[in-house]
Amino acid sequence: MPIRTYEEINARIESKKAVVLTAEEVIEYVDRKGLEQAAREVDVVTTATFGPMCSSGCFLNFGHSKPRIRMTEAWIDDVEVYCGIAAVDVYLGATQLRQNDPANLDYPGEFRYGGGHVIEKLVAGERLQLFALSYGTDEYPRREIRTYFTIKDLNQAIMVNPRNCYQNYNVAVNGSERPLYTYLGLLKPNMQNLTYCSAGQLSPLLNDPLYETIGIGTSVWLAGARGHVYAEGTQHAPTCARGPRDVPIEGAGTLALTGNMKDMKPKFIRGVSLIGYGVSLALGVGIPIPILNQEILRRTTVRDRDILAPVVDYSSDYPNRTGKILCRLSYADLRRGEVTVLGRKVEVGSLSSYEMALEAASLLRDEIRRGEFLLSRPSSPLPRSQSLKPLEIRDRKRK
Amino acid sequence: MTKKVLFYFPKSETEKPIVYHLVKDYNLIINIFRAKVTPEEYGYLVLDVTGTEQDIQRGLDFVKTFNVDVSESTIGVTWNAEKCTHCGNCLPHCPTRALTIADPGTRRIEFKSSLCVECLSCLENCPFGACSSLF
Repeated sequence: MPIRTYEEINARIESKKAVVLTAEEVIEYVDRKGLEQAAREVDVVTTATFGPMCSSGCFLNFGHSKPRIRMTEAWIDDVEVYCGIAAVDVYLGATQLRQNDPANLDYPGEFRYGGGHVIEKLVAGERLQLFALSYGTDEYPRREIRTYFTIKDLNQAIMVNPRNCYQNYNVAVNGSERPLYTYLGLLKPNMQNLTYCSAGQLSPLLNDPLYETIGIGTSVWLAGARGHVYAEGTQHAPTCARGPRDVPIEGAGTLALTGNMKDMKPKFIRGVSLIGYGVSLALGVGIPIPILNQEILRRTTVRDRDILAPVVDYSSDYPNRTGKILCRLSYADLRRGEVTVLGRKVEVGSLSSYEMALEAASLLRDEIRRGEFLLSRPSSPLPRSQSLKPLEIRDRKRK
Repeated sequence: MTKKVLFYFPKSETEKPIVYHLVKDYNLIINIFRAKVTPEEYGYLVLDVTGTEQDIQRGLDFVKTFNVDVSESTIGVTWNAEKCTHCGNCLPHCPTRALTIADPGTRRIEFKSSLCVECLSCLENCPFGACSSLF
């Protein structure tokens, strides 16, 4: 039974009368008021997450020097950017290492600076060095350029992230006898610690598990800027295993997000260095969920104790893709700081910041209450029937 | 009485014979544990000072006149609250729980330097470079 439409919600937002709660506040609110009453009252629930999202980056346009250069290879602060597009457009990726970074030659590498850090400096308004080369053409004769710039000097700085906001995520442990340096941090031998990475009950796609409101075209709060979902995220795999209330108990859905970096808040765009693994970018994303009906509201009341994450051994099962899961733990268990896996006490670490996610959800809530952020109806829904294909290693000759 | 203190010398102050004056003018017994004094660079001294309470106080006041930071915490590890994103990756790596959750509701992190043993594993493991060490 529909309760309200996008148009009605936006009209209420514009007149600053919308009732907006965060995905944490709504749990207690529905407990107190009952689902039916709460659904009549609440217009929007804001969700959010903050954590490393490696598949992030941005397109930058530098404008033209005099004389012009096309730029066939370029580096920002010695981090290489992709130039295989039009003149003076580049794509800067979060995980790109700095030129001459020894990576893991001296294992484990420190990875102090890379693409994610360049993006952090850019959003913070700091000065960066551009160095670019070209082969020279009749209309773009310059073959080399070195200059300094800030984000204000750029024509465009548009973040384009192919895979953000993983619906759920693996919990990593190490069952081997040597330390492992992974994208989920240092995993000590013999399962001494584990790492999870999700905002749990605040996380966007865990509050809309069947993508009933979050789709292509949905407006999002991307590190403070007005952005939107431009496509399904890469590796979007909705046909995963699901638990009660259709909540995925493994990776599942992802979102591709875009937004204008000139409007972003530096606090929510942070370079990441993972020892022995590489560099990345942590970012804050907030997504509003319109309460179109009771069922949508009910799904936003999901709690940490109802969301299960798979515990995977990153010493062998993950790298070899065996698919083995040691056990499943709820986010409520994980947040206690110590859990039991295979009869063993394991200390818990996290790469997702609940504090920052809470702040993002609250900032978005306040923007909507003040009438500054309108919701948008998706132009098309996210796919619900595809699964993740593996990469087969084949011979050249087709069989 | 004996007091353990840390002196942090900014670049310009390292040439002055501060320890000499503590001994000579304030009757203090000095026992240095850790020191870094490099010309043209910052430096530090971690030391025990023994003497009367009054002499120690006068001695430390004298040191402060040189634009030297005097700290009674002798831990060189610092945690930058601005850089910390409160992700919690440090928690299982801090053996003494000096880095700990201040508020279970938001999972905000705090650093209790009195518990720090300077194992430096937070320096290696913090993805955001929030922890650093003077030493």
